[in-house]
Amino acid sequence: MIGGWLQSLGHSGLCFFVRLGRSALFMGRVAAGLPSLLPLPRLLVRELHSVGVLSMAIIVLSGLSVGMVLGLQMYNTLVDFGTEESLGPVVALSLVRELGPVLTALLFAGRAGSALTAEIGLMKATDQLSVMEMMAVDPLKRVVAPRFLAGFLSLPLLAAIFSAVGILGSYFVGVGLLGVDDGAFWSQMQSKVDLQEDVINGVIKSVVFGWVCSWIAVFEGYDAVPTTEGVSRATTRTVVHSAFAVLGLDFVLTALMFGD
Amino acid sequence: MNQSDSDDLLVRMRGIRFAIGGRQIIDGMDIDIPRGKVTSIMGPSGTGKTTLLRLIGGQWRPQEGSVEVDGVSVHRVGREGLYRLRRKMGMLFQSGALFTHLSVFENVAFPLREHTRLPEAIIRHLVLMKLEAVGLRGARDLMPSELSGGMARRVALARAIALDPTMIMYDEPFVGQDPITVGVIMQLIRRLNDTLGLTSIIVSHDVQEVSAISDRIYMISDGKVVDHGSPRALAESASEWVQQFLHGRPDGPVPFHYPAPDYVADLFGEAS
Repeated sequence: MIGGWLQSLGHSGLCFFVRLGRSALFMGRVAAGLPSLLPLPRLLVRELHSVGVLSMAIIVLSGLSVGMVLGLQMYNTLVDFGTEESLGPVVALSLVRELGPVLTALLFAGRAGSALTAEIGLMKATDQLSVMEMMAVDPLKRVVAPRFLAGFLSLPLLAAIFSAVGILGSYFVGVGLLGVDDGAFWSQMQSKVDLQEDVINGVIKSVVFGWVCSWIAVFEGYDAVPTTEGVSRATTRTVVHSAFAVLGLDFVLTALMFGD
Repeated sequence: MNQSDSDDLLVRMRGIRFAIGGRQIIDGMDIDIPRGKVTSIMGPSGTGKTTLLRLIGGQWRPQEGSVEVDGVSVHRVGREGLYRLRRKMGMLFQSGALFTHLSVFENVAFPLREHTRLPEAIIRHLVLMKLEAVGLRGARDLMPSELSGGMARRVALARAIALDPTMIMYDEPFVGQDPITVGVIMQLIRRLNDTLGLTSIIVSHDVQEVSAISDRIYMISDGKVVDHGSPRALAESASEWVQQFLHGRPDGPVPFHYPAPDYVADLFGEAS
C-alpha cells in the first residue's frame, strides 16, 4: 500500500522533472528563434494585437474596479486614524508593487494565455504544425516565437495600464465621492512612491510574470496531446500552472526586493 | 536488384523498425519507391501506414534501419539538411491541414513566401496556376471554413505542389469523400504525377481507387510487408491475407472474432 503510494509519488516526480526539462529545452529553442522575427515584424504586430490589445478591455475594467474598491476600503480604515490624505500613496503602492503585476498576470493567463495554448494546441491537433514542418518551415520560429514575444512584451504594458487605471478609480472614489483633498492625494503619492524602489521593482515583477506566463502558455499548447480532450486539458493546465507560478514567484520576488 | 534499378529509386527504406508507446508499429520493413511512378502502401487501419510517411519525411526517427530519399539519408543529415530535403517533398495530410486563419490564396502562397523572394506579381501567377491545376482558381478568396472536405484537400494539394516538389505523399486521400470527389482526386493524383514528372506515394485502404491509379502496391500488415507488386500481380497473389483484404472478406487470416474463450464455455461456464 505504502510502497504503491511511494512508487506513484516517485513516478509523478520524475514526470514533473522530465516535463520541466523538456519545457526548458523548448524555451531555449524558442529564444533562439526570436531573431528570425526581425525581418517579419507583421507576425509580431498581429500577435501583439491579439494578445495585448484585445486584453485591454478586461484589464481596464478590472483595474478600475480594483482601484475603486481599494479606495473605498482604505478610506474607511484611514479615516479612523485621521490619515485619509494618505489614500493616494497607499493605493498607489499596493497597485504598483503588488496588485498591478499579480492581478494582470492572473487575468492575462485566463484571457490571453489560455487562448495561446488553445490556438497552438488546435494547430497541432489539425496537423497545421506538421504540415509546416513538412514545408521546411520551423513552427517554433513561425508560430511559437511571435506568440511568446507578444505575450512577454504585452504583460508589463498591461500591468502599467492596470495600475494607472486603478489609481484613477481610487481617485474618483476617494476624492470625487468621499471628499479626500485633491492636492494631498497626488502630492503625497508623488513624495511617497519611489521610482526605483516601487515602480521599477513592480515593472521587474511584471516582466518576470510576462516571461513565465507566455512560456507556460506556448509550451502547453505545443506539448498538448493532439486531441480535443488533450487541448482542453492543456488549456486548463496553462491557467492553473500560471496562477501557481505567478503567486509563488511573487512571494520570492517580494522577499528579494522588499525583504530587508 | 541491379544498379540501374537502384538508380531509379527515389526512396529506399531498409530494415525499418519503429515502436511508439511500447507498441511495435513497424517491425522490419524494406520498401522501394521508384522514381516517376505512383506507389501505394495499403493495409488495414492502425498498421503503420501513416507512420511510414512520417519516417520518410523525417518527422519521426526509426529505432533501426535507414531511410534514403534521393540518395540522402533522412535521419543523418541534420536539421538544415532535412529542411533542404523537405523542399523536394510535398505532403497531403488526411485533414488537408490548411491554415485556418489564411484564405485559399494565402494558403497556397505560404510556401512561396517562406522560401522565395519573388515579387508579388509572380507569386500571384504561380498561385493561380496551382489553383487552376486543381480546378479551384475561382475559390481563391474563400476561407478554409467555407470549403467542403474535398475542396480543402484540393487546396492542400495545390499548396503541396507550390514549390514544384520531386515527390508528393498522400495520406488517406480518399477517406470520407463522396464518389465524385474521389474521382476528381484520383484523376488529379495521376495527372499531376504524369504531367509534372512527380513521384507519388499514396497511403490508403481504398482498394478500388488505389488499384486503378497505382503502378506498384505494397501490402502491409502487423508492421511487415505481406506482398508487393503491380495491381494485377497482387490480384493474382497466392497470399490468403492479400486476397481477403482485396475482396473485403469478413473472415480469413484476419479473423472475424477477437480472440475469446470457447463460446459455449463462456455462455454456460460461469453459471454452472
